[in-house]
Amino acid sequence: MTLLWIAVIAASVLSFAQKWVGYQAPPDVLERPRVSRITALLPIALLGALVATQTATSGNEILLDARLAGLGAAVVLLVLRAPFLVVVIGAAVVAAGLRALGWA
Amino acid sequence: MTTASSGPQAAHPSPWDATADRLRSIRRTGLSIGVATGLYGISFGALATASGLDVWQAMVLSAVMFTGGSQFAFIGVVGGGGSALGAALASLLLGIRNTLYGLILAPSLPRGGVRGLARAHLTIDESAALAAGGTSTQERRAGFWAAGVWVYVFWNLFSLVGALAGQHVADPGAWGLDAAAAGAFIALLWPRLRSGEAVAVAVAAAFVALVATPALPSGLPVLAAALVAVVAGLLPTRRGRVHRQDEPQAASGAAGAPTAQDEENG
Repeated sequence: MTLLWIAVIAASVLSFAQKWVGYQAPPDVLERPRVSRITALLPIALLGALVATQTATSGNEILLDARLAGLGAAVVLLVLRAPFLVVVIGAAVVAAGLRALGWA
Repeated sequence: MTTASSGPQAAHPSPWDATADRLRSIRRTGLSIGVATGLYGISFGALATASGLDVWQAMVLSAVMFTGGSQFAFIGVVGGGGSALGAALASLLLGIRNTLYGLILAPSLPRGGVRGLARAHLTIDESAALAAGGTSTQERRAGFWAAGVWVYVFWNLFSLVGALAGQHVADPGAWGLDAAAAGAFIALLWPRLRSGEAVAVAVAAAFVALVATPALPSGLPVLAAALVAVVAGLLPTRRGRVHRQDEPQAASGAAGAPTAQDEENG
């Protein structure tokens, strides 16, 4: 079994455990403001970091290319309240188009 | 809002009609959230196989992990050349919010047995959000199960479609799939940016991840950026000393409702 398979299975099983444990925990955990604040901010920090690395890095370097234009298109579509799938496809089309034209 | 009294039972108006109507409407909303959310399973499946996972690995993530943000994080780290361990850690950090949903939902949902396991497995942004909209235990249950079950069905169906299609993409860059992944992340982030603090945390995390990129092995910059959330969460808030009790409320709102609301509008 490859390392990737182990990670897929372990992360999947632990994800289930995360959901399950919430139902078992004493409800007063929620009343600790710091716990709930950090829990709310974690997805925001991780998604912000993932946007940055997915857009502007390649391996261990910073690399700006057609992905940046794709991200720009995604932001415009989000401002226009486009649904998720349209945003994703829009980003892909803009990046693929610029590459096909040889501009980025 | 409901017009239960206009039916044939108008002569005997009863609260049951209004309740049944409410529940039907909640279940319909669950179905539409399921279709809308499920559809973007296509992009998950396609990006997963383009990132180097095989169809089976993509489907284990959709069927067992079953929490979209974590799944995208996993394939994002793998696709960026990060280690499998880094991918697993990133997905688990994003999944912490599901624990919070369980805490909130526990009093309204059945415990024990198969249903106890099912309620845990179906605990995601969408089911938690629709449940939160209910005004009675019955409505919260209806919303939770409708959104949870339908998202599960369509998410897995469309993940498979996307994964099978993504296999045949020889050069993901030529199709813009790398930019599509960035687009997916910003689309997941967008509904959460409802306060100045959220925007500041997202920007600071992006900055930390970029600064750390040349210094750390792939995958770790994303985890380093998670520290921004911990630091920001520990800092005193400006309103914190005055309105301490409104923090958990703001927290559950930021983590929950937006996705489902956006799907309904979109």
